[in-house]
Amino acid sequence: MTTVEFEPWDDPQEKPLIHFQNVTKRFGSFVAIDNLTIDIYEREFYALLGPSGCGKTTLMRMLAGFETPTEGNIMLAGQDIVPVPPNKRATNMMFQSYALFPHLSIWENIAFGLKREGMPKPDINNRVEEMLRLTRLEKFAKRKPHQISGGQRQRVALARSLAKAPKLLLLDEPLGALDKKLRQETQFELMDIQEKTGTTFVIVTHDQEEAMTVASRVAVMDHGKIIQVATPDRIYETPNSVYVADFIGDVNIIQGTTTANGEDSYSVAWADGQAPLTASSNQPFSDGQKCHLAIRPEKIAISADKPEEAANAVQGKVLDIAYLGNISTYHVELPTGVVIKAQAANTRRISRRSYTWEDTVWLSWTATAGVLLAS
Amino acid sequence: MRRFFLIATPYTWLLLLFLVPFAIVVKISLSDTALAIPPYVPKFSWDEGIGAYFSQLDFENFVFLTEDDLYWKAYLSSFKIATISTLLTLLVGYPIAYGMARSAPEWRPTLMMLVILPFWTSFLIRVYAWMGILSNEGYLNQLLLWTGVIDTPLTILNTNTAVYIGIVYTYLPFMILPIYSALERLDESLIEAAEDLGCSRLSAFWLVTIPLSKTGIIAGCFLVFIPALGEFVIPSLLGGSNSLMIGKVLWEEFFSNRDWPVASAVAVILLLILVIPIVLFQRNQQKEQEAEQ
Repeated sequence: MTTVEFEPWDDPQEKPLIHFQNVTKRFGSFVAIDNLTIDIYEREFYALLGPSGCGKTTLMRMLAGFETPTEGNIMLAGQDIVPVPPNKRATNMMFQSYALFPHLSIWENIAFGLKREGMPKPDINNRVEEMLRLTRLEKFAKRKPHQISGGQRQRVALARSLAKAPKLLLLDEPLGALDKKLRQETQFELMDIQEKTGTTFVIVTHDQEEAMTVASRVAVMDHGKIIQVATPDRIYETPNSVYVADFIGDVNIIQGTTTANGEDSYSVAWADGQAPLTASSNQPFSDGQKCHLAIRPEKIAISADKPEEAANAVQGKVLDIAYLGNISTYHVELPTGVVIKAQAANTRRISRRSYTWEDTVWLSWTATAGVLLAS
Repeated sequence: MRRFFLIATPYTWLLLLFLVPFAIVVKISLSDTALAIPPYVPKFSWDEGIGAYFSQLDFENFVFLTEDDLYWKAYLSSFKIATISTLLTLLVGYPIAYGMARSAPEWRPTLMMLVILPFWTSFLIRVYAWMGILSNEGYLNQLLLWTGVIDTPLTILNTNTAVYIGIVYTYLPFMILPIYSALERLDESLIEAAEDLGCSRLSAFWLVTIPLSKTGIIAGCFLVFIPALGEFVIPSLLGGSNSLMIGKVLWEEFFSNRDWPVASAVAVILLLILVIPIVLFQRNQQKEQEAEQ
C-alpha cells in the first residue's frame, strides 16, 4: 500500500491553520496557560491530553472564543481571532455535556446554526439531511434529545457542530459520557468522519488511550504548559520527559548515572553490586550525569533461565501476577527492592507456565528498548 | 387494597373540604333570599320530602346576574386587572429570577431568603403599609416633592394604579420562585452552544433561555393570575370606588346586602371561570414533570 504520509508539521512550507503565539491566560493569580506557542495544521486531528486542571479546556475555550487570552495572539488562517466573538468565528464546538437544546427536535438542533446563518430553506434541508446521513441518525430526526440514547445524542452533537462546515471543530471530552465499548466504536467513527469531511479537529481528553487512537498528533499538557507534541507512536516510544513517559501508558523508571561506552551508547550504573545496564540514546549525556531509564513493560522479556546474549538481564522474584486474559503483567522485585513490571503474551495455557508466584525469574531487554531521560 | 387506601385518603380530603362546601354554596345559589336565619329559603324538612325541596330551587339568581350589568362589568374588570397585573409581575419578576439564577451559588440562598422574607409579616399589614406610602401625604409623594420631580402631589391611592402596585408587590414571590427554579436548572453550556452556533447574546436569550424557562413562566403567571382574579383585600384597601373587582362585589353582596343566594351565584360563576386556568396550569405542571423524566 502506498500512502502519502500526512506530516504537515515536518514541512517548513506548510502554513499552520492555528497559531498560538506566546499565549498566557491568568484567572486572578492562577496561571491556566503559561506562555504557550503551538501550531495546528489543516486536516489535523490534534489531541490535547493532560490531567484535569492542566489548562487543556481553557486552551479550547480560547479557540471557541469563550475566554480571551491575558497575553499573546491566536491566529486562525492568518487572522487574529482574539477580538472576534464566538458567534462570528469559523469554529464550532462539541460540548462535553453535548448541550443539545432540549426543546428542539434532532432535526431542529442540527439546523439551528444554519438558520442563524440565514441559509435558504432548501439548502438547510439538504445540509441537515446530509448530516443525518453522515451520523446515521435519519430515523431519529423528529425525536427530542431526551428520547434517544447517549450514543445517539453524542452523534447529534457532532452533526450539529459539523453542520456549519467549520474550519475547525473543537471536541471537549466528546466520548466521556459513553461506556467503554461504545467509546471505542465511536472513536473509529470520529476518525472516519474527520477523514470524510476533511475538517481540522482539536480534541480535549484526559484519556490517553483515546488520544492515541484518534489523533494525528498528541500534545501532552501539564500546569498550563505543553510538555511534548508528537505523533502517538513517538509520544509512546520516545517520550521527552519522565512526566510524559509516566502519563502515557505503563512504564518502569530506573534511576542511575550514565557513563559513555560507545557511540550513542551509555552504561547506566543503577544499584551497588549490580552490573550496569546498557542503553542507547542519541541525546548526549555526560559521564556521571543523573538519568532515568524508562522502559515499557511489554519490551521486557521474562524467562525462567538466564537468557544468553541479552544486553540487559536482571534477576528477581515474582511478586504478583495480573492476569488480563490475553496478556499477563508480572511484578518482579529485584534484590535492590525495586519492583519492575514486565508483560508477556499468554501464548500457552496458564497451567503450562514455567514460573509462578515467588519464583526466581530473569528479566531482559535490549539496549534500544528503553529511553534515557535526563532528570 | 393498600393502593385503594392510598388513593382514598386524598380523595376523602378533597370531598370533605372542597366538594361538600362547594355543593352547599351551589345549593344556596339556587335558593331565594329571605329575612331569616340563615337568610335564605327553602329549608329542607323531612315532612315535605326531597322532591318538594328540589322543586323550590331555581336559577333565578344566575338570571339576575346577567340582567344587572354591574356583575359582568365586575368580572370583566377583574379579568382585565388580573391580566395586566400578571404581565407586570412577569416583567418585574423575570429579571429578578434571572439575576438570582445567574448569581454566585453562595449568594443564592440569601437572595431566596430576601424574596420569601415579606411572608413573615401579615399580608394585611403589608397592604396597609402601602396606604402610608401611596397616599397624597405619603412617603412617595413627600420624596418626589422633596426632590422636585413634581410640584403637586400625585393621586395614586384609591386608583387602579394602586391596585396594580399592590398586586405586583404581593404576588411577586409567586412569579419569581417558579421562574428561578426553571432558570437555575438551565445548563450554562446551552447558551454557549447557541453562541457558538452563531447567536448573539440577545438571540440566544430569545431562542434558548426563554423557551427553556417557559414552564416556569406559565406556572408563575397562573400562580399570580388565579388569586389576583378573586382578589378582595387589595382593591378594597388600595383601590377607589371605581376599581371594580368581583371579589369586592362578592363581599358586599354577602355582608352589606346580606343576599347570600346572589353572593353564592357570583362565587359559583367565579369558580367556573377559574377552572379553565387551573386546568391549564395543571396540564403545564404535568408536562414539566414528564419532560424531567
